[in-house]
Amino acid sequence: MNKRGALTEAKLLLIGIPVFIWTMLPIYHLTLFAISPKDQAMGGQLWPDHPTLHNFEVVFREQHHYLNHFWLQMWNSLFIAVAVGLLTLVVATGAAFAISRLKVRGGRTVMNLALFTYFIPAAFLAVPMYKTMGVYGLLNNQWSMILAMTTIAAPYSIWVLKQASDKLPLELDEAAKMDGASPLQLFILVYLPLMTPSLVAIGTYALLLAWNEYLYAFLLLSKDTDVTLGVALGNFLAADDSPWELLMTTGLIYALPPAAIYYTFKRYMVGGLTAGAVKS
Amino acid sequence: MATVALPQVEQVPSGPQRSGISPWQKWGMILISPYVLVFIVFVMYPVGYGLWLARHPVSYEHLFEDPIFARSVINTIVFVVVGINVKMVIALVLSGFFIQARTWIKWLSFLFILPWAVPSIPTILSIRFMLNPEWGLINSLIFRFTGADGPNWLNDPTLALGIAMLVHIWKSLPFWTLILIAGRLAIPAEHYEAASVDGATSWQKFRFITWPSMRTLYLTCSILSMIWTMGDFNSVYLLTGGGPADLTHVLATLGIRYLRLDQVDLSMAAIVVALPAVLPLVYFMMKRLSK
Repeated sequence: MNKRGALTEAKLLLIGIPVFIWTMLPIYHLTLFAISPKDQAMGGQLWPDHPTLHNFEVVFREQHHYLNHFWLQMWNSLFIAVAVGLLTLVVATGAAFAISRLKVRGGRTVMNLALFTYFIPAAFLAVPMYKTMGVYGLLNNQWSMILAMTTIAAPYSIWVLKQASDKLPLELDEAAKMDGASPLQLFILVYLPLMTPSLVAIGTYALLLAWNEYLYAFLLLSKDTDVTLGVALGNFLAADDSPWELLMTTGLIYALPPAAIYYTFKRYMVGGLTAGAVKS
Repeated sequence: MATVALPQVEQVPSGPQRSGISPWQKWGMILISPYVLVFIVFVMYPVGYGLWLARHPVSYEHLFEDPIFARSVINTIVFVVVGINVKMVIALVLSGFFIQARTWIKWLSFLFILPWAVPSIPTILSIRFMLNPEWGLINSLIFRFTGADGPNWLNDPTLALGIAMLVHIWKSLPFWTLILIAGRLAIPAEHYEAASVDGATSWQKFRFITWPSMRTLYLTCSILSMIWTMGDFNSVYLLTGGGPADLTHVLATLGIRYLRLDQVDLSMAAIVVALPAVLPLVYFMMKRLSK
């Protein structure tokens, strides 16, 4: 390698190393707490003398009064996330198909209203949403969370699906019409199979959004047996005698599924979700 | 003649003169209706209800008399103006870094996305513990290397707000970097090759090739990030809870604070006050994206 090449490498490392430390430090610290015995977690050491999986055992066996409902709360998170993913797919795919392919009257207006919802900060909608769920009698019911998160996930999903859908050739619809296919047949037999990559991206997006959400979950759900793992972690914090190492262990467990799901569907996610953004 | 004319007659109904609706329109309405329903029930009604709750002038009087509100407005402006610009400049630089073809950079980009993919609560709590003045990792390291006690990070409102901004940047930097990477990859490589032949420096390449094609995207991203950051509840709430002494609230956490104090009118009034800043930006974004 020549001198200039070495200089370029050095410059890249000068950016790369701080980026690595910056990205990994909070995650490393989380892991550090999870594998440290109780008395060593707070010693400020960079690696415990005796790493242990004891904390995981305590969490998995629910052997602490904060963790009495660990598995149930994990299930709640999963149930809500999957329900939001599926519901968003149903709502958004139908809307995108109607707007983009069937050119339904008023479709443009609906698209604009959806975009408007997408741009309004979610925290601004949280208070009215909370009051509304009270009016509907849905507070402390997991459906309030599922419906609220679908409302938040749907606009972007419709937009991304519409962008992808607009790119499908128009001849496809015409050919289907010539063959006497009904709109529903076109939707199910032609449109859905062609849209599969975008549908995977959107389903994953909505699922992760719901799994990771804290604010809405904490406003809409409150019973220990109803809440998601995220809310349970927040409740830990409210107490003075919180077992920090267990809190961090539970946090690490809570963070793993979305990371795994993201990496599994990464190739769909990156293409599907950034394609629309670049256009503008 | 009649046999030829017949198909033409049959084609007429698909034209605009026909009174009924075509199956395409009918199915369009059926398929779009779930979202329309969701919009009416969970967006339109809540927004209307919220505005109705915020209708009392007295709410605004109380709001403007509340010193926490004034402080929150300043905090929000600082958070948005400083936080977003710092974040977007870093994202612009890193997007240039991550498109370099190196195996280790590919691995790094793989890890780099983690803060965005994982939920906020565990990582923000991790940062919070790291900054604990007595037993946190940061102050332990400061003590080990300098023998002095580190600052009480989250007990100083200025420091705490600064760290909340860093938390926000940590969390959302990967997303914006990813978008800007996509923007950079869309620039044809021939432009750079031609510039290299002409002996352009890397700064000139950035100034005359990269920036002109990225400018619009960069501006769009900055504005979108500004709107969303006004609603960033987690970075402040989970790190400081608005403290010390309610000095680090931003509008998003203030609204929830009022809600928990059973002052929904104030909560809605605080959001309504922010609308003149938010709505023009939303309008700008809609103009841009609905083309």
